[in-house]
Amino acid sequence: GMEEGAELSVVVSQVVQRLRGTHLHSHLEREAKECLHRPEIRIECLKEDVRNFLKKTGWERKLQNAVYRELHVLPQPSHAAAPPEHTKEPLAYMRKAQACWEKRILKSLNSMSTELGVPLARKRPVREQKELLQKWSEMGTNEPDLSHFRPVYAPKDFLEVLTSLRNPNLDSSDEASCRSHLGLIQVSLNVKDIPEMREFFCELSLEKGQLGIDDHTSFPPGLSFAVLSEQDSAAAQQYSRQGCPTGLRAHLWALILNCSNDPEDVMHYEQLKAGVINHDLLVDNLIYKDVKLTASNDDYYFVFEDYLYQVLLCFSRDTAVLEHFNYSSATPPTCHTKGKSVCIRTHPPLPIIPFHGFSMYVAPLCFLYKEPSQLYSVFREMYVRYFFRLHSISSSPSGIVSLCLQFEKLLQVYLPQLFYHLRETGAQPLRIAFKWMVRAFSGYLATDQLLLLWDRILGYDSMEILAVLAAAVFAFRAENLMEVTSLAAAEAVLADLSTLKVMPLLQIFLFATVI
Amino acid sequence: MTDNAVPCTVKSPVPLQIGDAKTDTSRPGVYVIDVTFPHGQAVKIREISFKNYYTAFLMVRLQKKDPGSPGGCARWVTCLKNHPLMSSPHTEEGSQDYFSIYRHQMLVDPDDVTSVRLILRQPSSAWLNFTLEDIRIHQCASDDSERDMPAWFSQLTPVDQVPDLQGLPNPQTVASSIQQMWALTEVMQTNQTAAPIGRFDVDGCYDVNLLSYT
Repeated sequence: GMEEGAELSVVVSQVVQRLRGTHLHSHLEREAKECLHRPEIRIECLKEDVRNFLKKTGWERKLQNAVYRELHVLPQPSHAAAPPEHTKEPLAYMRKAQACWEKRILKSLNSMSTELGVPLARKRPVREQKELLQKWSEMGTNEPDLSHFRPVYAPKDFLEVLTSLRNPNLDSSDEASCRSHLGLIQVSLNVKDIPEMREFFCELSLEKGQLGIDDHTSFPPGLSFAVLSEQDSAAAQQYSRQGCPTGLRAHLWALILNCSNDPEDVMHYEQLKAGVINHDLLVDNLIYKDVKLTASNDDYYFVFEDYLYQVLLCFSRDTAVLEHFNYSSATPPTCHTKGKSVCIRTHPPLPIIPFHGFSMYVAPLCFLYKEPSQLYSVFREMYVRYFFRLHSISSSPSGIVSLCLQFEKLLQVYLPQLFYHLRETGAQPLRIAFKWMVRAFSGYLATDQLLLLWDRILGYDSMEILAVLAAAVFAFRAENLMEVTSLAAAEAVLADLSTLKVMPLLQIFLFATVI
Repeated sequence: MTDNAVPCTVKSPVPLQIGDAKTDTSRPGVYVIDVTFPHGQAVKIREISFKNYYTAFLMVRLQKKDPGSPGGCARWVTCLKNHPLMSSPHTEEGSQDYFSIYRHQMLVDPDDVTSVRLILRQPSSAWLNFTLEDIRIHQCASDDSERDMPAWFSQLTPVDQVPDLQGLPNPQTVASSIQQMWALTEVMQTNQTAAPIGRFDVDGCYDVNLLSYT
């Protein structure tokens, strides 16, 4: 009705505002100017002809993809009276919890800096800059003394924060038995049940072919090539729901995320690299430590150690990442100089403080992208669209709080005996599944299986699939789990997921569970 | 948006429950909030806006002055029935969102309204309290009002009378050149870009080694 029209024009003007002044905008202008020399462009219908030219040469499609990308990251249109923090996160108690959590992290970082006598940021002397530049592509050979550095926090610390999350308006007295939360998460967010997920994930149903299971059956081989040649982000996203062929996955993901490896992107990456050379950050040590502790120890990913430094060190200096704070419940840290009253917002730019396991978000992408600048753009886009929701407190359906609640509810409703048994033996299922979901299963599944899973995150633009897979894994190992009598024993049953096949598990859980 | 908000008195929510409110241990599931206008004013409503706090359903009744009947006696009509604010009464979605109810969503035209009654329902026992906050009534901008014209309006020189310039430039030429400048500034404003410059500049008036996080 009337409001929809008004809402649409607000969205349109927001997207136009964001695209103005971008590289794409200047390319389009240049193309439009240059095509005026062409014979088929006529003065009397100039607008029409220029438009048709841009369409024919693929520029309209590029614009379409750019608009599509903006729609992914644009915050929901909000009411005129709603303040910006409400748009980031509507629930006041969640905003408060996120702010407290951030304070704790920053305090921890500050005390680390003071204790170790390492400044938060330091300009590198020229000699050190030259050395680093020379060793840029083999930073893994550095052996800095990281023994005094510890990760700022680990997933289990974050889980404690989430389990203590309380809505002050929720009746938690004993009489409120109709809503008793048997799991660890005590907030009442909307999460989908299996019937709703059957609808949402309809392309995963048993009668539809999935790449990774049904490769030799009725998959039209030309379809993926057709999608790529059309260069249409939306079509690629739809296609990805049934899995991407290994050889084309890198291209398809780049198309879905609208990440091209244009000269401008390469230049941006080089600028970030120059920032790394110029300044040394305390957080760099945390990045080194994390890579050494996690990816370097992993059989699949240790070969990519050097790439991980090249991406993560740049990432921690990228001001473009700050944009995602517009729609994230989190706030970027600010720095003050001691003694002076100057407040410098995030200088040196440090949007994200890595936690233990952060580098595992990047590691699987190294299988797909060899060029550091492209690896970087794809990772950054995946972070600002999806991964940031896994370590911030919000009510978003793809946020970690919702995923945890969804996981617990799926088990309670569809595997009540298992859930009850595990709870009684002190093995709350979320204590085991949490680390899987926070890392989007990276480092737990075999890489080919992980990539099939991430195909669906991109395809459905949602991370709910992580909660479904976690529940499906418990369902798969239910028989063994019913025998355990402690948390440690349950952990042992679920310690090794490397042999699991993701798609059959998901299909059986979603479409073969009796409801 | 928030202009045209009519000054009004929002009464405290009154719970509706069976039995003695003081001794009954169960919480009410219905509250009524009355909104009245000062001086018995009759308003033509454009929009009712508010911030939700865990109310699941909203019903709105209006007391309208009947212009036809002598003495203008008022009658109550329902203009919004069971409007859901939360997708499920038991879960958080919509619980703290901002809402607006517009004229075109109402069952009757909200003209000549003397009083607004908001009936809030929350059937779930999950929540301790529920209400609506920041309730505002916005009225339609009137086209034909002659009120509140500043006095100096009537002292303006009519257009066809030639003003006594006394050495000052002709107002028409001044106006047209200002118009050009204004047009230029409008072009500048509409061409503002949100694209980042890509550099990070600070004045250089700090010592990097003294930084700490807050």
